[in-house]
Amino acid sequence: MSAKPFLRIDNIRKRFGPIIASDGVTLEIDEGEIHALLGENGAGKSVLMSMICGMVRPDEGEIVYRGQSVRFNSPREAIRQRIGMVHQHFMLVPNLTVAENYILGQGSALKVINDMDKVHAKIRELSDHYALDVRPDALIEDLSVGEQQRVEILKVLFHGIDLLILDEPTAVLTPQETDRLLALMGELVKDGKTVVFISHKLDEVMRVSNRISVMRDGRVVHTVNVAETDARALARMMVGRDVGMELPRSPAAPGRIVLSVENLTCRSETGLPAVRGVSLDVRAGEIVGIAGVSGNGQTELSLALSGLLPVDAGRVVLNGTDITGLEPARINASGFSHIPEDRHKHGIVLSLSLSENTILQRYDQPPFAARGMLNRRAIGEHTRDLIKRFRVKSRDEDQRIGDLSGGNQQKLVVARELARNPDFILVNQLARGIDIGAMEFVMEEMLKQRDSGRAILLISTELEELFAICDRILVMCHGEILGELPPDRSRLDELGLLMAGKTADHLEQPALAG
Amino acid sequence: MEQVNQGVRENVYPQAAQALYRTLSQAAISAVTPIAAVLVALAFGAALLWLNGFNGTDVVTVMIFGSFQDARSVAEILLKATPLILIGAGLCVAFRCSIWNIGAEGQLYVGAIAATFVGTSIDGLSVWVHAPLVMLAGALAGAAWAGIAGYLKVRFQASEIVTTIMLNYIAIILTSYLVTGPMKDASAAYPQSARLVREAWTPRIVSDMRLHIGILVAVVLAVALYIFLQRSSRGFALRVVGLNPHAARYAGMDVRRNVMIAICISGALAGLAGAFEVAGVTHRLYQNISPGYGFEGIAVALLASNNPLAAIISGGLFATLRSGSEVLQITSQVPQVLVLVIQGMVILSVVAFAKFRDILRIAA
Ligand SMILES: Nc1ncnc2c1ncn2[C@@H]1O[C@H](COP(=O)(O)OP(=O)(O)OP(=O)(O)O)[C@@H](O)[C@H]1O
Ligand SMILES: [Mg+2]
Repeated sequence: MSAKPFLRIDNIRKRFGPIIASDGVTLEIDEGEIHALLGENGAGKSVLMSMICGMVRPDEGEIVYRGQSVRFNSPREAIRQRIGMVHQHFMLVPNLTVAENYILGQGSALKVINDMDKVHAKIRELSDHYALDVRPDALIEDLSVGEQQRVEILKVLFHGIDLLILDEPTAVLTPQETDRLLALMGELVKDGKTVVFISHKLDEVMRVSNRISVMRDGRVVHTVNVAETDARALARMMVGRDVGMELPRSPAAPGRIVLSVENLTCRSETGLPAVRGVSLDVRAGEIVGIAGVSGNGQTELSLALSGLLPVDAGRVVLNGTDITGLEPARINASGFSHIPEDRHKHGIVLSLSLSENTILQRYDQPPFAARGMLNRRAIGEHTRDLIKRFRVKSRDEDQRIGDLSGGNQQKLVVARELARNPDFILVNQLARGIDIGAMEFVMEEMLKQRDSGRAILLISTELEELFAICDRILVMCHGEILGELPPDRSRLDELGLLMAGKTADHLEQPALAG
Repeated sequence: MEQVNQGVRENVYPQAAQALYRTLSQAAISAVTPIAAVLVALAFGAALLWLNGFNGTDVVTVMIFGSFQDARSVAEILLKATPLILIGAGLCVAFRCSIWNIGAEGQLYVGAIAATFVGTSIDGLSVWVHAPLVMLAGALAGAAWAGIAGYLKVRFQASEIVTTIMLNYIAIILTSYLVTGPMKDASAAYPQSARLVREAWTPRIVSDMRLHIGILVAVVLAVALYIFLQRSSRGFALRVVGLNPHAARYAGMDVRRNVMIAICISGALAGLAGAFEVAGVTHRLYQNISPGYGFEGIAVALLASNNPLAAIISGGLFATLRSGSEVLQITSQVPQVLVLVIQGMVILSVVAFAKFRDILRIAA
């Protein structure tokens, strides 16, 4: 035996009723490495990591940390042993500030409150050191998803850790933010820390990790050195077949204009100007992409289109009918589907079942309701059908959706929105948290929708997602559409410049307040 | 080395048996924990009484069984259970929609006022018309009173916790004013209204007992509300609004409308409880028509985990404890505050056990 591993997970088992989430997992993590964890949606990655950080208790098996068998009863105990985790779904209290979130649940909260200045100073120092750009007095609810992610990471660093676990940290980040995060991981390792990170993006996994483990059906099936593998081989290990990186698709045949947006202007929930005179058309049978660094008005644009945010000026016309400022119910009923950016806020109700979540918009329409009563048979059948078609890994349609893995929740949202038979589909981040096999499937579904004559607007910070299925790409910056490009990877530089707010003649756009 | 453990993975039971097992074990967990909670609380209560120099176990026994001596005393328990079940079941609906209606007491009072008005000012109707009319008046008044708080909430974002509490004071003081002034029975020395006409009285179940058909109405309504919440489209929308208002809006649900419906339903049941107190029990309006049923109803809903069906049981339990404490006051020296303390312990213990139950559920 050579040196003892830093962390050893030995034959861990965990079941949730009939579902086996961990089926005898064995895994070793070395000190000072970046260890990536891959696997299909529902393979058991999050559950395994939650057991290491004290969120979930294993049924059987042993965790050996620095040569000692450990058993954490709470994340706090794990933190005390310098193990910290950033979860796939954030765990911040929205109406508290960053600093308040950090000291929450600390035993000596009272003492800390007296030292709030010190807390703020420490946050600023760490934020500067790792270039995280986190303000200690910012309210969580005012932050974008990407910013919240950085707040979560800094929170763990704030408490001092040697082992950092990141569960799909890049799912919500823009490419630029992702680059920064990957660099941050490198720095952390240089500072003597160990990083375990989960991701569905093979390129970033290949870029930063030393070793890669692949999980399948609750077990670790392979652990490889990054030098001895490539993305193709990893994909095969994960899903057991070759996954095409390039989707075959026919050229678009755009028809009539389905959605027309003229000069749309609106403010964010905090009252700052967010969308500034956006005009665009989406035709039947085409997928229009909107690229942009997150926080440039995309969130507000999608909320305003779907009736969730008041419109200050401009018009939205769907199928020839003005839907500007209508109630979401009316908009939904006129052939509008929406795959929202923040699935836990808008997309699903965590504590309801899969069945109940599939009828969220159609709970009072036949065949799901008759004479005011829910038709449970029809709802169950419909849900089972969606589960099967979209391969949502779940126990049955009565399971709480909050107990599904993140990617499987997303699959159900996509399935629901496509099943509503829309004319227009608004998508904000299509494949958030979906594994590569499922991503291929979902993208093929979107192309099928396109080919059957639906109009699709895909807002994404994920350029790959846009290149793969869009017919043209608009670039949004500071609440404005700055230009349009074909989905041509050779024009990536131009796209990058536009995303940074530089128009074709490289004129600097005036910076906006906020 | 990886070990091969295929055995665990295979389905040991066929699907149907598994589903049945799951349902049964969940049901068992749901049923057993509140009972265990009550027993634990009573054990602590007994200990507390013992520390105060009483024979704890005897007193607790009286508290529970003392009121089960004969048919008449059981009827008295059911009489007390009526408003508790009505209010508790109604509040389940509001709480499921995340509306914290603390104003059932006030809604009960205005229901009682409306019932008195309809029951004293009209004459010559048949009992088949007049008695239901009185109930309807109470329910509508309660709904309207709650609706004020609902309107202030959806229109001005006023916290319903504050407004319903303030409306309680208004309703109670209004009642005092009415029975000492405009509605006072001129011939009486005490502040009380005139007697309701016979046809307005809520029919009794057995002619020589005070128990009236209100208990049947309460049970039927509790069952109906359960079905409404679990099986109807509207009930589904109410639950979604309560669980995640953002998702409700996204899905096209009218959040304000659902909030109004939920708070008015809870108000209607409290108002109906008020109507039954007047038309079924006292037959006159008094200043203190309710001994705090509106507040105890909150505990009833809490104990029932906001399930109207379970509110029938928990309402019955609170009525039993209430009757028991009355028996105690007559037969022993135990001060009423101690009885209240024990009731409080029941609530606390149930909340603690509910937390425990959630943990068990996840494990099961
Ligand atoms: N609290 C829970 N109750 C019941 N089942 C659960 C619970 N948590 C997780 N599971 C189940 O355990 C399995 C593994 O889930 P896990 O979240 O670890 O997947 P994952 O590998 O992280 O997937 P993803 O890539 O989609 O995030 C899934 O089938 C999931 O439904
Ligand atoms: Mg996960």
